[in-house]
Amino acid sequence: MNLTLKIWRQKDANAKGGIQTYQLGGVDPDMSFLEMLDVLNQELIEKGDEPVVFDHDCREGICGTCSLQINGEPHGPDRGITTCQLHMRMFKDGDTITIEPFRAAAFPVIKDLVVDRTSFERIQQAGGYISVNTSGNTQDANSIPVAKDKADAAFYAATCIGCGACVAACKNASAMLFTSAKVSQMALLPQGEVEATRRVLAMVEQMDKEGFGNCTNTGACEIECPKGISLENIARMNREYLKASVK
Amino acid sequence: MGVLDSKVPQGPLAEKWVKHKNDINLVNPANKRNIDVIVVGTGLAGGSAAATLAELGYNVKTFCYQDSPRRAHSIAAQGGINAAKNYQGDGDSDYRLFYDTVKGGDYRAREANVYRLAEVSGNIIDQCVAQGVPFAREYGGLLDNRSFGGVLVSRTFYAKGQTGQQLLLGCYSAMNRQINRGKIKSYTRHEMLDVVIVDGKARGIIARNLVTGEIERHSAHAVVIASGGYGNVFFLSTNAMGSNATAAWKVHKKGAFFANPCFTQIHPTCIPVSGDHQSKLTLMSESLRNDGRIWVPKKLEDAQAIREGRLKPTELAEEDRDYYLERRYPAFGNLVPRDVASRAAKERCDAGFGVNKTGEAVYLDFSSAFMRYGKEAVATQKIENASEEKILELGKQVVEAKYGNLFQMYEKIVDENPYETPMKIYPAVHYTMGGLWVDYNLQTTVPGLFAAGEANFSDHGANRLGASALMQGLADGYFVLPYTMGDYLAADIRTGKIPTDSKEFDEAESRVREQLEKFINSKGTRSVDDFHKRLGKIMWNKVGMSRNAEGLKEAIEEIKALREEFWKDVKVPGGINEMNPELEKAGRVADFLELGELFAKDALHREESCGGHFREEYQTEEGEALRDDENFMYVAAWEFTGKPGDAILHKEELKYENIEVKTRSYK
Repeated sequence: MNLTLKIWRQKDANAKGGIQTYQLGGVDPDMSFLEMLDVLNQELIEKGDEPVVFDHDCREGICGTCSLQINGEPHGPDRGITTCQLHMRMFKDGDTITIEPFRAAAFPVIKDLVVDRTSFERIQQAGGYISVNTSGNTQDANSIPVAKDKADAAFYAATCIGCGACVAACKNASAMLFTSAKVSQMALLPQGEVEATRRVLAMVEQMDKEGFGNCTNTGACEIECPKGISLENIARMNREYLKASVK
Repeated sequence: MGVLDSKVPQGPLAEKWVKHKNDINLVNPANKRNIDVIVVGTGLAGGSAAATLAELGYNVKTFCYQDSPRRAHSIAAQGGINAAKNYQGDGDSDYRLFYDTVKGGDYRAREANVYRLAEVSGNIIDQCVAQGVPFAREYGGLLDNRSFGGVLVSRTFYAKGQTGQQLLLGCYSAMNRQINRGKIKSYTRHEMLDVVIVDGKARGIIARNLVTGEIERHSAHAVVIASGGYGNVFFLSTNAMGSNATAAWKVHKKGAFFANPCFTQIHPTCIPVSGDHQSKLTLMSESLRNDGRIWVPKKLEDAQAIREGRLKPTELAEEDRDYYLERRYPAFGNLVPRDVASRAAKERCDAGFGVNKTGEAVYLDFSSAFMRYGKEAVATQKIENASEEKILELGKQVVEAKYGNLFQMYEKIVDENPYETPMKIYPAVHYTMGGLWVDYNLQTTVPGLFAAGEANFSDHGANRLGASALMQGLADGYFVLPYTMGDYLAADIRTGKIPTDSKEFDEAESRVREQLEKFINSKGTRSVDDFHKRLGKIMWNKVGMSRNAEGLKEAIEEIKALREEFWKDVKVPGGINEMNPELEKAGRVADFLELGELFAKDALHREESCGGHFREEYQTEEGEALRDDENFMYVAAWEFTGKPGDAILHKEELKYENIEVKTRSYK
């Protein structure tokens, strides 16, 4: 396959970025999207140019490191996957592909396609935990039964990989899907219920402080989410928030 | 050989840990506030250690190269975590978990460490549930279990195919709680490039900020290395792209012995290599072997027809299939340990029975599981006269509920639907049992320098059993280090803050700068990846699934030559004071080029086959591993003396007082 790549290049956080165009031949449809970028980078290095910097690590769709806005969509045209799981067979010979970083005020660009997602860290730090000590002096794991459907729902909320596609997909750059997934996981479990009030207030406050937008229920986040995190979580967080606010 | 003191406490095996905890020194809460600890790596071992140490009151700094602690590669562990809870009432116990682990490791692990691991395993599950880790449950609301390779009980707890993710997020949440309290300072996108040793003790690290390129000094009273394994020395592995051995290797060069580097786990069920562009290999969880059956065609002509696309696997009659694991190992069948399953796959493929274009793949087939689960579903749903299609459909639904994400992952990569045609799999490098030598307290040969999780060598001997890595990482971090480090740090309560303006820090920093400048100023012609791939090929072909003396000697020479070429001809674009992934990779590959040589040297010296280390010269007539307990029942701990090839061997003899040493048999 031969491709035309239009890639966002930006030297550092303060530099002005812009799109640059590259021609790339010899792309195998069995390559992953990131392997295609590896090939481009090897060519650039050989030519004495600087390679394109992008975030990636596990390359199996679980660490949440890779990002990329591909032809306007977070993680590209396929569904239920991250960029590292996107394969070139989704594209055609002769295609032009535009590759940009995730765009959001709360995700400033660090370099080229790499963005700073530490705002997500701070939301988690504000209350995304259950306040138990890790000493092991807890009760037996089976002492509190949890209904299977609740446990499963908590698990599905907990499968969020924190990649930020929900923010990049949202016209308001809202982080509601991300935040609500953690709030939901813990609100659904008896272990997390105890401090649910404090948690939801603290996490929502931090989310607002970071400059994420509001949710206007367009649902783009759910569609683009590589893990299929459901909008129900946002509804649940809103309920939890309301409950906490009137307490 | 007096150098190695394992410091295993006296007394009966089952009482050692309790007694040790009672005997060791404690640091009072007020003094803990004056003590700093650095933790390098934030996976299960590092994250859990950091959270617990901070909770106890120490000032903790964590370092990870990822942009968040949550992205450490523990996140990718799929299948589960072992614990001797005996919830299934199938005869499990601490002793049995200990026994299985020592046997699974082919009698090359330290008894006392493994027993402690088994002893704390149950507590890990309690801890994780309290933290909100959503393990799989049964309809009664209690925790579910599954089976893993090499054992005859169901002791594996799991969260679908994302157990590592859920455990790490639990650990990360415990860290976040401490970050919020100000007790952990989390340095993300930072890489440790050297350890600083003052008066013989580990007192800090030199780290590079990967965003700005700035070189930083961080001091502490003790340093924990929890930076994972060195599987990426093979270039292609199931590790993350960034997984590296730099932290472990740098401390090795500063005096920490490196143990058993040749004990590397090749995982039997990975998606086969598809081409030269391949950047990493993807694991298909061992849990799939609970329900999938592994086979190749019985006849060479069928295998050839399949390779050429003339025959589909689903068209091959039952009697023409060779379920070779069930045939060779009737007692354990598809659930033999990983080393055994990997070698058996290689044996069949080398004999010409491979089923993909390259001839390096076998089938993992779920069709009988679909029918089995389907029939169960028909029975519980009281469907009468169900058609075969209906049974199949219901069976597929059950399998989807169990392994859905793995099936999806497979389909995305291979572009084949594993519900319709069997998966193709082949062994790939997955985990390294070797690592930094540590004593019972998880302290390396450098005082104040501890190693946890995959970075140390301690618990898995020559082969790790499935679902034991997560157990070990969390045991080390939550339940071992917080005690043993306290014992060490009790002597440091009057030391005061460690200054970073000492000559030791100056020296360490200038050496780090020197190396970075060397890369940037090198006028070479070949990229870092080019060297890394060539190293990987040498390792895989000559130091991989099976090894022989001749090949290992060649590998040592080839690696040396490649290393020389690397330093002359590597090309690193960009500068130091900026985000520069090529520069990061250059440093890591430089270390792999040294570690690879020690790895081969260790494999050459160990003239026996055991666990993941298979020497062709040492096998039974049936092709099984032939151990030499008389001459090799020891841990090989290597001391660095200037060049990896000149490392000096120290032996820690292994004694088995509570378990009978036998030939490992899964037949």
